[in-house]
Amino acid sequence: MIHARGLVKRFGDFTAVAGIDLDVAPGEAFGFLGPNGAGKSSTMRMISCVSMPSAGELRILGMDPVRQGPAIRARLGVCPQLDNLDPDLTVRENLTTYARYFGLSRAQARERAEELLDFAQLREKAGSRVEPLSGGMKRRLTIARAMVNDPDLVLLDEPTTGLDPQARHLLWERLFRLKQRGVTLVLTTHYMDEAEQLCDRLVVMDGGRIVAEGSPRSLIERYSSAEVVELRFGDRVLREVVPELEGVADRVDVLPDRILVYAKDGDGALSEVHRRGLAPSSVLVRRSSLEDVFLHLTGRTLVD
Amino acid sequence: MARPAVAVLERHLTLYKRLWRASVFSSFVLPVLFLASIGLGVGGYVGEVGGVPYVEWIVPGVLASTAFQMAVGECTYSVLGEFKWSRQAHAMYATRVSVPDMIAGWLAYVVLRVEVAVVVFLAVVAAFGVLGSAWAVLTPLVAALLALSVAAPVTAFSASIDHDSYFALLFRFVMIPSTLFAGVFFPVEQLPLLVRPLAYVSPLWHGVELCRAATLGVAPPWPVWAHAGYLVVFAVAGVAWARVAFARRLRD
Repeated sequence: MIHARGLVKRFGDFTAVAGIDLDVAPGEAFGFLGPNGAGKSSTMRMISCVSMPSAGELRILGMDPVRQGPAIRARLGVCPQLDNLDPDLTVRENLTTYARYFGLSRAQARERAEELLDFAQLREKAGSRVEPLSGGMKRRLTIARAMVNDPDLVLLDEPTTGLDPQARHLLWERLFRLKQRGVTLVLTTHYMDEAEQLCDRLVVMDGGRIVAEGSPRSLIERYSSAEVVELRFGDRVLREVVPELEGVADRVDVLPDRILVYAKDGDGALSEVHRRGLAPSSVLVRRSSLEDVFLHLTGRTLVD
Repeated sequence: MARPAVAVLERHLTLYKRLWRASVFSSFVLPVLFLASIGLGVGGYVGEVGGVPYVEWIVPGVLASTAFQMAVGECTYSVLGEFKWSRQAHAMYATRVSVPDMIAGWLAYVVLRVEVAVVVFLAVVAAFGVLGSAWAVLTPLVAALLALSVAAPVTAFSASIDHDSYFALLFRFVMIPSTLFAGVFFPVEQLPLLVRPLAYVSPLWHGVELCRAATLGVAPPWPVWAHAGYLVVFAVAGVAWARVAFARRLRD
Protein backbone atom coordinates (compact mmCIF):
# COMPACT_ATOMS: atom_id res chain seq x y z
CA MET A 1 0.00 0.00 0.00
CA ILE A 2 2.81 2.35 0.95
CA HIS A 3 6.38 2.00 -0.12
CA ALA A 4 9.02 4.55 0.83
CA ARG A 5 12.79 4.52 0.51
CA GLY A 6 15.01 7.30 1.81
CA LEU A 7 12.02 9.65 2.04
CA VAL A 8 13.03 13.22 2.91
CA LYS A 9 11.01 16.37 3.53
CA ARG A 10 12.76 19.70 3.93
CA PHE A 11 11.24 23.11 4.62
CA GLY A 12 13.99 25.57 3.79
CA ASP A 13 16.86 24.77 6.14
CA PHE A 14 14.72 22.62 8.37
CA THR A 15 14.59 18.88 7.74
CA ALA A 16 11.29 17.51 8.99
CA VAL A 17 11.77 13.98 7.67
CA ALA A 18 15.36 12.86 7.35
CA GLY A 19 15.29 9.78 5.15
CA ILE A 20 12.90 7.04 6.20
CA ASP A 21 12.10 3.61 4.77
CA LEU A 22 8.58 2.24 5.08
CA ASP A 23 6.41 -0.56 3.81
CA VAL A 24 2.78 -0.95 4.75
CA ALA A 25 0.92 -4.07 3.62
CA PRO A 26 -2.82 -4.33 2.81
CA GLY A 27 -5.02 -4.88 5.86
CA GLU A 28 -2.36 -3.73 8.25
CA ALA A 29 -2.89 -1.21 11.04
CA PHE A 30 0.29 0.80 11.07
CA GLY A 31 1.25 3.51 13.51
CA PHE A 32 3.66 6.41 13.67
CA LEU A 33 4.62 7.08 17.23
CA GLY A 34 6.75 9.98 18.32
CA PRO A 35 6.92 13.23 20.20
CA ASN A 36 5.76 16.52 18.69
CA GLY A 37 8.04 17.58 15.86
CA ALA A 38 9.27 14.06 15.17
CA GLY A 39 8.12 14.26 11.55
CA LYS A 40 4.97 12.17 11.83
CA SER A 41 2.58 14.70 10.35
CA SER A 42 4.99 15.67 7.57
CA THR A 43 5.22 12.02 6.62
CA MET A 44 1.44 11.69 6.71
CA ARG A 45 1.06 14.73 4.49
CA MET A 46 3.40 13.20 1.94
CA ILE A 47 1.45 9.94 2.04
CA SER A 48 -1.80 11.81 1.52
CA CYS A 49 -0.26 13.46 -1.56
CA VAL A 50 -0.58 17.06 -0.42
CA SER A 51 3.09 17.48 0.33
CA MET A 52 5.79 16.73 -2.20
CA PRO A 53 8.80 14.68 -1.08
CA SER A 54 12.08 16.64 -1.18
CA ALA A 55 14.03 13.48 -1.95
CA GLY A 56 13.67 9.73 -1.95
CA GLU A 57 11.15 7.34 -3.38
CA LEU A 58 7.47 7.18 -2.48
CA ARG A 59 4.74 4.99 -3.96
CA ILE A 60 1.18 4.99 -2.68
CA LEU A 61 -1.09 2.19 -3.89
CA GLY A 62 1.55 1.54 -6.51
CA MET A 63 1.28 5.07 -7.89
CA ASP A 64 3.47 8.15 -7.92
CA PRO A 65 2.07 10.88 -5.64
CA VAL A 66 3.70 13.68 -7.62
CA ARG A 67 2.13 12.79 -10.95
CA GLN A 68 -0.97 10.83 -9.92
CA GLY A 69 -2.18 12.84 -6.91
CA PRO A 70 -5.92 12.94 -7.73
CA ALA A 71 -5.97 9.24 -8.72
CA ILE A 72 -4.38 8.28 -5.40
CA ARG A 73 -6.49 10.64 -3.33
CA ALA A 74 -9.61 9.13 -4.92
CA ARG A 75 -8.80 5.91 -3.04
CA LEU A 76 -7.64 7.42 0.25
CA GLY A 77 -9.61 8.36 3.33
CA VAL A 78 -7.97 11.21 5.21
CA CYS A 79 -8.75 12.27 8.74
CA PRO A 80 -6.58 15.34 9.37
CA GLN A 81 -5.27 16.49 12.71
CA LEU A 82 -7.52 19.56 12.67
CA ASP A 83 -11.13 18.86 11.81
CA ASN A 84 -12.02 20.54 8.55
CA LEU A 85 -15.71 19.79 8.40
CA ASP A 86 -17.92 22.27 6.60
CA PRO A 87 -19.26 24.34 9.51
CA ASP A 88 -22.23 25.76 7.61
CA LEU A 89 -23.53 22.43 6.36
CA THR A 90 -25.49 19.87 8.35
CA VAL A 91 -23.97 16.57 9.45
CA ARG A 92 -25.72 14.73 6.63
CA GLU A 93 -24.79 17.36 4.04
CA ASN A 94 -21.16 17.09 5.07
CA LEU A 95 -21.28 13.42 4.12
CA THR A 96 -23.26 13.77 0.90
CA THR A 97 -21.17 16.73 -0.30
CA TYR A 98 -17.98 14.83 0.33
CA ALA A 99 -19.38 11.75 -1.41
CA ARG A 100 -20.06 13.90 -4.46
CA TYR A 101 -16.44 15.11 -4.48
CA PHE A 102 -15.49 11.46 -4.96
CA GLY A 103 -17.86 11.12 -7.89
CA LEU A 104 -20.71 9.16 -6.28
CA SER A 105 -24.12 9.78 -7.83
CA ARG A 106 -26.64 11.76 -5.78
CA ALA A 107 -28.55 8.58 -4.89
CA GLN A 108 -25.36 6.73 -3.93
CA ALA A 109 -24.23 9.70 -1.87
CA ARG A 110 -27.50 9.76 0.07
CA GLU A 111 -27.35 6.02 0.68
CA ARG A 112 -23.74 6.15 1.78
CA ALA A 113 -24.44 9.06 4.13
CA GLU A 114 -27.19 7.04 5.86
CA GLU A 115 -24.83 4.10 6.42
CA LEU A 116 -22.15 6.36 7.80
CA LEU A 117 -24.54 8.20 10.11
CA ASP A 118 -25.07 4.84 11.81
CA PHE A 119 -21.38 4.01 11.76
CA ALA A 120 -20.55 7.32 13.45
CA GLN A 121 -23.57 7.07 15.77
CA LEU A 122 -24.75 10.47 14.66
CA ARG A 123 -28.21 9.62 13.40
CA GLU A 124 -29.99 11.94 15.84
CA LYS A 125 -27.69 14.76 14.78
CA ALA A 126 -28.12 14.22 11.03
CA GLY A 127 -29.97 17.49 10.49
CA SER A 128 -27.89 19.56 12.87
CA ARG A 129 -25.18 21.95 11.82
CA VAL A 130 -21.63 20.88 12.57
CA GLU A 131 -20.76 23.90 14.70
CA PRO A 132 -22.51 22.92 17.96
CA LEU A 133 -21.34 19.27 17.95
CA SER A 134 -18.98 18.04 20.67
CA GLY A 135 -15.34 17.30 19.89
CA GLY A 136 -15.97 13.56 19.90
CA MET A 137 -18.89 13.87 17.50
CA LYS A 138 -16.89 16.04 15.13
CA ARG A 139 -14.06 13.52 15.12
CA ARG A 140 -16.47 10.67 14.45
CA LEU A 141 -18.00 12.66 11.62
CA THR A 142 -14.55 13.41 10.20
CA ILE A 143 -13.71 9.71 10.26
CA ALA A 144 -17.08 8.79 8.76
CA ARG A 145 -16.46 11.38 6.05
CA ALA A 146 -13.07 9.81 5.36
CA MET A 147 -14.88 6.50 4.76
CA VAL A 148 -17.32 7.92 2.24
CA ASN A 149 -15.42 6.65 -0.82
CA ASP A 150 -14.86 3.20 0.68
CA PRO A 151 -11.12 3.86 0.73
CA ASP A 152 -8.37 1.27 0.38
CA LEU A 153 -6.18 3.18 2.77
CA VAL A 154 -7.29 5.34 5.70
CA LEU A 155 -4.91 7.94 7.13
CA LEU A 156 -5.60 9.23 10.62
CA ASP A 157 -3.47 12.03 12.04
CA GLU A 158 -3.79 11.98 15.83
CA PRO A 159 -7.37 10.72 15.71
CA THR A 160 -8.16 11.02 19.41
CA THR A 161 -6.10 14.01 20.53
CA GLY A 162 -8.16 16.28 22.76
CA LEU A 163 -11.04 13.86 23.35
CA ASP A 164 -12.36 12.68 26.68
CA PRO A 165 -11.89 8.98 27.63
CA GLN A 166 -15.42 7.94 26.65
CA ALA A 167 -15.11 9.55 23.25
CA ARG A 168 -11.70 7.94 22.72
CA HIS A 169 -12.96 4.48 23.55
CA LEU A 170 -15.92 4.85 21.24
CA LEU A 171 -13.60 6.00 18.47
CA TRP A 172 -11.19 3.14 19.03
CA GLU A 173 -14.06 0.71 18.83
CA ARG A 174 -15.10 2.25 15.48
CA LEU A 175 -11.54 2.09 14.16
CA PHE A 176 -11.22 -1.48 15.34
CA ARG A 177 -14.28 -2.34 13.27
CA LEU A 178 -12.69 -0.85 10.21
CA LYS A 179 -9.60 -2.90 10.86
CA GLN A 180 -11.70 -6.05 11.14
CA ARG A 181 -13.24 -5.25 7.78
CA GLY A 182 -9.75 -5.36 6.31
CA VAL A 183 -9.27 -1.62 5.81
CA THR A 184 -5.64 -0.60 5.93
CA LEU A 185 -5.15 1.98 8.66
CA VAL A 186 -2.20 4.30 9.06
CA LEU A 187 -2.24 6.55 12.09
CA THR A 188 -0.04 8.89 14.02
CA THR A 189 -0.35 9.22 17.74
CA HIS A 190 1.54 10.15 20.81
CA TYR A 191 -0.71 8.05 22.99
CA MET A 192 0.89 4.74 23.88
CA ASP A 193 -2.40 3.09 24.79
CA GLU A 194 -3.79 4.06 21.40
CA ALA A 195 -0.84 2.54 19.60
CA GLU A 196 -1.07 -0.64 21.66
CA GLN A 197 -4.79 -0.93 21.08
CA LEU A 198 -4.88 -0.33 17.36
CA CYS A 199 -1.56 -1.02 15.71
CA ASP A 200 -0.26 -4.32 14.39
CA ARG A 201 3.02 -2.68 13.69
CA LEU A 202 4.51 0.69 14.39
CA VAL A 203 7.53 2.84 14.00
CA VAL A 204 8.87 5.21 16.60
CA MET A 205 10.04 8.48 15.06
CA ASP A 206 12.31 11.02 16.63
CA GLY A 207 14.00 13.98 14.98
CA GLY A 208 12.74 13.00 11.52
CA ARG A 209 14.12 9.48 11.67
CA ILE A 210 12.73 6.07 12.47
CA VAL A 211 14.40 4.94 15.67
CA ALA A 212 12.57 1.63 16.13
CA GLU A 213 10.14 -0.56 14.27
CA GLY A 214 8.05 -3.61 15.14
CA SER A 215 4.85 -4.83 16.78
CA PRO A 216 4.04 -3.23 20.14
CA ARG A 217 4.97 -6.53 21.85
CA SER A 218 8.27 -6.95 20.05
CA LEU A 219 9.25 -3.33 20.73
CA ILE A 220 8.66 -3.86 24.41
CA GLU A 221 10.73 -7.02 24.34
CA ARG A 222 13.55 -5.35 22.51
CA TYR A 223 13.71 -1.97 24.21
CA SER A 224 12.37 -2.59 27.66
CA SER A 225 12.31 -5.36 30.23
CA ALA A 226 9.30 -7.62 30.73
CA GLU A 227 8.37 -5.90 33.96
CA VAL A 228 8.86 -2.58 35.66
CA VAL A 229 9.01 -1.91 39.39
CA GLU A 230 8.05 1.60 40.39
CA LEU A 231 9.54 2.62 43.72
CA ARG A 232 8.71 5.72 45.71
CA PHE A 233 10.74 6.81 48.69
CA GLY A 234 8.76 9.52 50.40
CA ASP A 235 11.06 12.47 51.06
CA ARG A 236 14.42 10.84 50.28
CA VAL A 237 16.49 12.33 47.50
CA LEU A 238 16.06 9.70 44.81
CA ARG A 239 19.54 10.16 43.27
CA GLU A 240 21.05 8.97 46.55
CA VAL A 241 19.05 5.74 46.36
CA VAL A 242 20.36 4.80 42.92
CA PRO A 243 23.79 3.49 43.98
CA GLU A 244 22.10 1.18 46.45
CA LEU A 245 20.12 -0.37 43.60
CA GLU A 246 23.30 -1.32 41.71
CA GLY A 247 22.93 -4.77 40.15
CA VAL A 248 19.26 -5.21 41.07
CA ALA A 249 18.11 -4.76 37.49
CA ASP A 250 19.24 -4.26 33.87
CA ARG A 251 18.43 -0.58 34.00
CA VAL A 252 17.21 2.03 36.44
CA ASP A 253 15.52 5.29 35.57
CA VAL A 254 15.05 8.20 37.95
CA LEU A 255 11.91 10.28 37.57
CA PRO A 256 11.14 13.33 39.72
CA ASP A 257 8.78 11.38 41.99
CA ARG A 258 9.82 7.74 41.59
CA ILE A 259 12.45 5.30 40.42
CA LEU A 260 11.74 2.85 37.63
CA VAL A 261 13.52 -0.49 37.90
CA TYR A 262 13.48 -2.49 34.66
CA ALA A 263 13.67 -6.22 35.35
CA LYS A 264 12.74 -9.53 33.78
CA ASP A 265 11.19 -10.60 37.07
CA GLY A 266 9.60 -7.71 38.96
CA ASP A 267 8.85 -9.57 42.18
CA GLY A 268 12.37 -11.00 42.26
CA ALA A 269 13.85 -7.53 41.88
CA LEU A 270 11.57 -6.22 44.58
CA SER A 271 12.63 -8.88 47.15
CA GLU A 272 16.25 -7.99 46.33
CA VAL A 273 15.42 -4.33 47.09
CA HIS A 274 13.92 -5.33 50.42
CA ARG A 275 16.86 -7.69 51.19
CA ARG A 276 19.21 -4.72 50.81
CA GLY A 277 17.32 -2.98 53.58
CA LEU A 278 15.72 -0.34 51.35
CA ALA A 279 12.27 0.66 52.50
CA PRO A 280 10.28 2.23 49.67
CA SER A 281 7.19 4.13 50.79
CA SER A 282 5.18 2.66 47.94
CA VAL A 283 5.75 -0.05 45.35
CA LEU A 284 4.14 -0.99 42.04
CA VAL A 285 5.13 -3.99 39.96
CA ARG A 286 3.67 -3.84 36.46
CA ARG A 287 4.13 -5.13 32.94
CA SER A 288 6.33 -3.05 30.78
CA SER A 289 4.37 -0.84 28.38
CA LEU A 290 4.97 0.89 25.12
CA GLU A 291 5.31 4.10 27.09
CA ASP A 292 8.51 2.74 28.67
CA VAL A 293 9.85 1.99 25.19
CA PHE A 294 8.84 5.38 23.95
CA LEU A 295 10.45 7.30 26.78
CA HIS A 296 13.55 5.16 26.55
CA LEU A 297 13.91 5.79 22.82
CA THR A 298 12.92 9.43 22.56
CA GLY A 299 14.16 10.68 25.91
CA ARG A 300 12.39 12.49 28.66
CA THR A 301 13.04 16.01 27.51
CA LEU A 302 9.87 17.90 26.83
CA VAL A 303 9.39 18.68 23.16
CA ASP A 304 7.19 21.58 22.20
CA MET B 1 -17.19 20.58 -16.80
CA ALA B 2 -15.63 17.50 -15.30
CA ARG B 3 -17.71 15.83 -12.60
CA PRO B 4 -15.62 16.87 -9.60
CA ALA B 5 -16.12 20.50 -10.64
CA VAL B 6 -19.89 19.92 -10.70
CA ALA B 7 -19.66 18.53 -7.16
CA VAL B 8 -17.81 21.67 -6.09
CA LEU B 9 -20.50 23.85 -7.69
CA GLU B 10 -23.17 21.82 -5.89
CA ARG B 11 -21.54 22.42 -2.56
CA HIS B 12 -21.56 26.18 -3.07
CA LEU B 13 -25.19 26.00 -4.15
CA THR B 14 -26.07 23.97 -1.05
CA LEU B 15 -24.68 26.81 1.04
CA TYR B 16 -26.46 29.38 -1.12
CA LYS B 17 -29.81 27.67 -0.53
CA ARG B 18 -29.70 29.09 2.98
CA LEU B 19 -29.50 32.70 1.89
CA TRP B 20 -30.98 32.89 -1.59
CA ARG B 21 -34.18 34.59 -0.48
CA ALA B 22 -32.30 37.47 1.09
CA SER B 23 -29.97 37.78 -1.88
CA VAL B 24 -32.74 37.80 -4.50
CA PHE B 25 -34.58 40.39 -2.47
CA SER B 26 -31.54 42.64 -2.30
CA SER B 27 -30.76 42.22 -5.98
CA PHE B 28 -34.35 43.34 -6.62
CA VAL B 29 -34.40 46.26 -4.22
CA LEU B 30 -30.98 47.67 -5.02
CA PRO B 31 -31.57 48.49 -8.69
CA VAL B 32 -34.96 49.98 -7.86
CA LEU B 33 -33.38 52.31 -5.32
CA PHE B 34 -30.62 53.14 -7.75
CA LEU B 35 -32.94 53.96 -10.58
CA ALA B 36 -35.18 56.02 -8.32
CA SER B 37 -32.41 58.12 -6.80
CA ILE B 38 -29.84 58.51 -9.53
CA GLY B 39 -31.77 57.77 -12.66
CA LEU B 40 -34.82 59.84 -11.88
CA GLY B 41 -33.42 62.22 -9.27
CA VAL B 42 -30.06 63.09 -10.79
CA GLY B 43 -31.43 62.46 -14.26
CA GLY B 44 -33.93 65.26 -13.69
CA TYR B 45 -31.04 67.75 -13.58
CA VAL B 46 -28.82 66.11 -16.16
CA GLY B 47 -31.44 65.61 -18.81
CA GLU B 48 -29.88 63.76 -21.72
CA VAL B 49 -26.51 62.11 -22.20
CA GLY B 50 -25.40 61.16 -25.68
CA GLY B 51 -28.86 61.84 -27.02
CA VAL B 52 -30.78 59.53 -24.65
CA PRO B 53 -32.48 60.24 -21.30
CA TYR B 54 -29.97 59.91 -18.44
CA VAL B 55 -31.91 57.06 -16.83
CA GLU B 56 -31.69 54.98 -20.02
CA TRP B 57 -28.03 55.84 -20.33
CA ILE B 58 -27.20 54.82 -16.78
CA VAL B 59 -29.19 51.54 -16.60
CA PRO B 60 -26.62 49.39 -18.48
CA GLY B 61 -23.85 50.95 -16.39
CA VAL B 62 -25.55 50.06 -13.15
CA LEU B 63 -26.21 46.58 -14.45
CA ALA B 64 -22.56 46.01 -15.32
CA SER B 65 -21.32 47.51 -12.08
CA THR B 66 -23.72 45.28 -10.12
CA ALA B 67 -22.15 42.27 -11.81
CA PHE B 68 -18.69 43.69 -11.18
CA GLN B 69 -19.25 44.43 -7.50
CA MET B 70 -20.87 41.08 -6.86
CA ALA B 71 -18.01 39.26 -8.52
CA VAL B 72 -15.46 41.15 -6.43
CA GLY B 73 -17.44 40.83 -3.22
CA GLU B 74 -18.10 37.10 -3.56
CA CYS B 75 -14.48 36.28 -4.26
CA THR B 76 -12.84 37.96 -1.27
CA TYR B 77 -13.66 36.75 2.25
CA SER B 78 -15.34 33.57 1.04
CA VAL B 79 -12.24 32.47 -0.85
CA LEU B 80 -9.72 33.39 1.84
CA GLY B 81 -11.95 31.72 4.44
CA GLU B 82 -11.88 28.42 2.58
CA PHE B 83 -8.14 28.37 3.03
CA LYS B 84 -7.70 30.08 6.33
CA TRP B 85 -10.77 29.60 8.49
CA SER B 86 -13.03 26.74 7.45
CA ARG B 87 -10.22 24.98 5.56
CA GLN B 88 -12.73 23.63 3.08
CA ALA B 89 -10.22 23.99 0.28
CA HIS B 90 -7.98 21.57 2.13
CA ALA B 91 -10.90 19.23 2.75
CA MET B 92 -11.73 19.24 -0.96
CA TYR B 93 -8.14 18.75 -1.95
CA ALA B 94 -8.02 15.52 0.09
CA THR B 95 -10.47 14.02 -2.41
CA ARG B 96 -10.57 13.43 -6.13
CA VAL B 97 -11.15 17.16 -6.64
CA SER B 98 -8.17 18.87 -8.27
CA VAL B 99 -7.21 22.54 -8.20
CA PRO B 100 -8.69 23.25 -11.68
CA ASP B 101 -11.94 21.52 -10.59
CA MET B 102 -12.09 23.65 -7.48
CA ILE B 103 -11.62 26.87 -9.46
CA ALA B 104 -14.04 25.86 -12.21
CA GLY B 105 -16.76 24.94 -9.70
CA TRP B 106 -16.25 28.15 -7.79
CA LEU B 107 -16.29 30.45 -10.81
CA ALA B 108 -19.39 28.69 -12.17
CA TYR B 109 -21.06 29.44 -8.86
CA VAL B 110 -20.08 33.10 -8.92
CA VAL B 111 -21.33 33.49 -12.49
CA LEU B 112 -24.63 31.87 -11.53
CA ARG B 113 -25.03 34.26 -8.62
CA VAL B 114 -24.33 37.21 -10.88
CA GLU B 115 -26.77 35.92 -13.50
CA VAL B 116 -29.58 35.70 -10.97
CA ALA B 117 -28.96 39.29 -9.92
CA VAL B 118 -28.67 40.54 -13.49
CA VAL B 119 -31.83 38.82 -14.69
CA VAL B 120 -33.83 40.19 -11.75
CA PHE B 121 -32.38 43.62 -12.47
CA LEU B 122 -33.32 43.40 -16.14
CA ALA B 123 -36.86 42.36 -15.29
CA VAL B 124 -37.23 45.32 -12.94
CA VAL B 125 -35.86 47.93 -15.34
CA ALA B 126 -37.80 46.45 -18.25
CA ALA B 127 -40.94 47.05 -16.20
CA PHE B 128 -39.94 50.73 -15.96
CA GLY B 129 -39.64 50.78 -19.75
CA VAL B 130 -36.06 52.06 -19.80
CA LEU B 131 -34.54 49.42 -22.09
CA GLY B 132 -34.30 50.97 -25.51
CA SER B 133 -33.36 47.95 -27.61
CA ALA B 134 -34.12 44.24 -27.89
CA TRP B 135 -30.35 43.65 -27.92
CA ALA B 136 -30.69 44.04 -24.14
CA VAL B 137 -31.23 40.27 -23.99
CA LEU B 138 -27.48 39.94 -24.58
CA THR B 139 -26.57 41.79 -21.39
CA PRO B 140 -26.65 38.68 -19.17
CA LEU B 141 -24.03 37.20 -21.47
CA VAL B 142 -21.86 40.29 -21.13
CA ALA B 143 -22.40 40.22 -17.37
CA ALA B 144 -21.24 36.60 -17.24
CA LEU B 145 -18.07 37.41 -19.15
CA LEU B 146 -17.43 40.50 -17.03
CA ALA B 147 -18.03 38.49 -13.84
CA LEU B 148 -15.54 35.84 -14.95
CA SER B 149 -12.92 38.40 -15.92
CA VAL B 150 -13.14 39.91 -12.44
CA ALA B 151 -13.88 36.86 -10.29
CA ALA B 152 -10.90 34.88 -11.58
CA PRO B 153 -8.16 37.37 -10.66
CA VAL B 154 -9.86 38.41 -7.41
CA THR B 155 -10.14 34.74 -6.42
CA ALA B 156 -6.44 34.34 -7.15
CA PHE B 157 -5.65 37.43 -5.11
CA SER B 158 -7.70 36.17 -2.16
CA ALA B 159 -5.96 32.81 -2.30
CA SER B 160 -2.55 34.51 -2.28
CA ILE B 161 -2.93 36.75 0.76
CA ASP B 162 -2.48 35.79 4.37
CA HIS B 163 -4.56 38.42 6.07
CA ASP B 164 -7.94 39.93 5.30
CA SER B 165 -6.66 43.48 5.78
CA TYR B 166 -5.43 43.32 2.16
CA PHE B 167 -9.06 43.43 1.08
CA ALA B 168 -9.25 47.04 2.18
CA LEU B 169 -6.62 47.83 -0.46
CA LEU B 170 -8.58 45.97 -3.09
CA PHE B 171 -11.80 47.78 -2.23
CA ARG B 172 -10.25 51.24 -1.94
CA PHE B 173 -7.81 51.21 -4.81
CA VAL B 174 -9.47 48.89 -7.31
CA MET B 175 -13.16 48.40 -6.75
CA ILE B 176 -14.35 51.87 -5.77
CA PRO B 177 -12.25 53.81 -8.34
CA SER B 178 -13.38 51.36 -11.02
CA THR B 179 -17.01 51.85 -10.13
CA LEU B 180 -16.65 55.64 -10.10
CA PHE B 181 -14.52 56.17 -13.21
CA ALA B 182 -15.34 53.35 -15.62
CA GLY B 183 -18.17 55.04 -17.45
CA VAL B 184 -20.97 53.88 -15.18
CA PHE B 185 -22.26 57.33 -14.14
CA PHE B 186 -20.72 59.58 -16.77
CA PRO B 187 -18.95 59.08 -20.11
CA VAL B 188 -15.20 58.45 -19.73
CA GLU B 189 -14.70 61.24 -22.30
CA GLN B 190 -15.33 63.59 -19.37
CA LEU B 191 -12.10 62.39 -17.81
CA PRO B 192 -8.85 64.26 -18.59
CA LEU B 193 -7.00 62.54 -21.43
CA LEU B 194 -4.16 61.51 -19.15
CA VAL B 195 -6.44 59.65 -16.76
CA ARG B 196 -8.65 58.04 -19.37
CA PRO B 197 -6.42 54.99 -20.01
CA LEU B 198 -7.01 54.00 -16.39
CA ALA B 199 -10.68 53.54 -17.24
CA TYR B 200 -9.74 51.49 -20.29
CA VAL B 201 -7.66 49.19 -18.11
CA SER B 202 -10.61 48.29 -15.91
CA PRO B 203 -12.63 45.31 -17.12
CA LEU B 204 -15.69 47.14 -15.83
CA TRP B 205 -15.44 49.82 -18.53
CA HIS B 206 -15.48 47.17 -21.25
CA GLY B 207 -18.47 45.50 -19.62
CA VAL B 208 -20.28 48.81 -19.27
CA GLU B 209 -19.72 49.76 -22.91
CA LEU B 210 -20.90 46.37 -24.18
CA CYS B 211 -24.01 46.49 -22.00
CA ARG B 212 -24.74 50.06 -23.04
CA ALA B 213 -24.35 49.21 -26.69
CA ALA B 214 -26.84 46.37 -26.18
CA THR B 215 -29.52 48.25 -24.25
CA LEU B 216 -29.33 51.35 -26.46
CA GLY B 217 -28.92 49.37 -29.67
CA VAL B 218 -25.82 51.27 -30.80
CA ALA B 219 -22.23 50.30 -31.60
CA PRO B 220 -19.73 50.31 -28.69
CA PRO B 221 -16.67 52.66 -28.80
CA TRP B 222 -14.29 49.82 -29.63
CA PRO B 223 -15.18 46.85 -31.84
CA VAL B 224 -17.20 44.26 -29.91
CA TRP B 225 -14.41 41.69 -30.30
CA ALA B 226 -11.90 44.06 -28.73
CA HIS B 227 -14.04 44.68 -25.65
CA ALA B 228 -14.92 41.00 -25.31
CA GLY B 229 -11.35 39.94 -26.05
CA TYR B 230 -10.06 42.17 -23.30
CA LEU B 231 -12.41 40.52 -20.82
CA VAL B 232 -11.44 37.05 -22.04
CA VAL B 233 -7.77 37.85 -21.54
CA PHE B 234 -8.49 38.96 -17.97
CA ALA B 235 -10.46 35.81 -17.27
CA VAL B 236 -7.83 33.47 -18.72
CA ALA B 237 -4.95 35.21 -16.96
CA GLY B 238 -6.97 35.25 -13.73
CA VAL B 239 -7.63 31.51 -13.90
CA ALA B 240 -3.95 30.80 -14.57
CA TRP B 241 -2.98 32.93 -11.58
CA ALA B 242 -5.62 31.26 -9.40
CA ARG B 243 -4.28 27.81 -10.29
CA VAL B 244 -0.82 28.79 -9.16
CA ALA B 245 -2.11 30.46 -5.99
CA PHE B 246 -4.34 27.52 -5.02
CA ALA B 247 -1.64 24.94 -5.65
CA ARG B 248 0.89 26.92 -3.66
CA ARG B 249 -1.51 27.15 -0.76
CA LEU B 250 -2.65 23.54 -0.76
CA ARG B 251 0.55 21.63 -1.22
CA ASP B 252 4.04 22.06 0.08
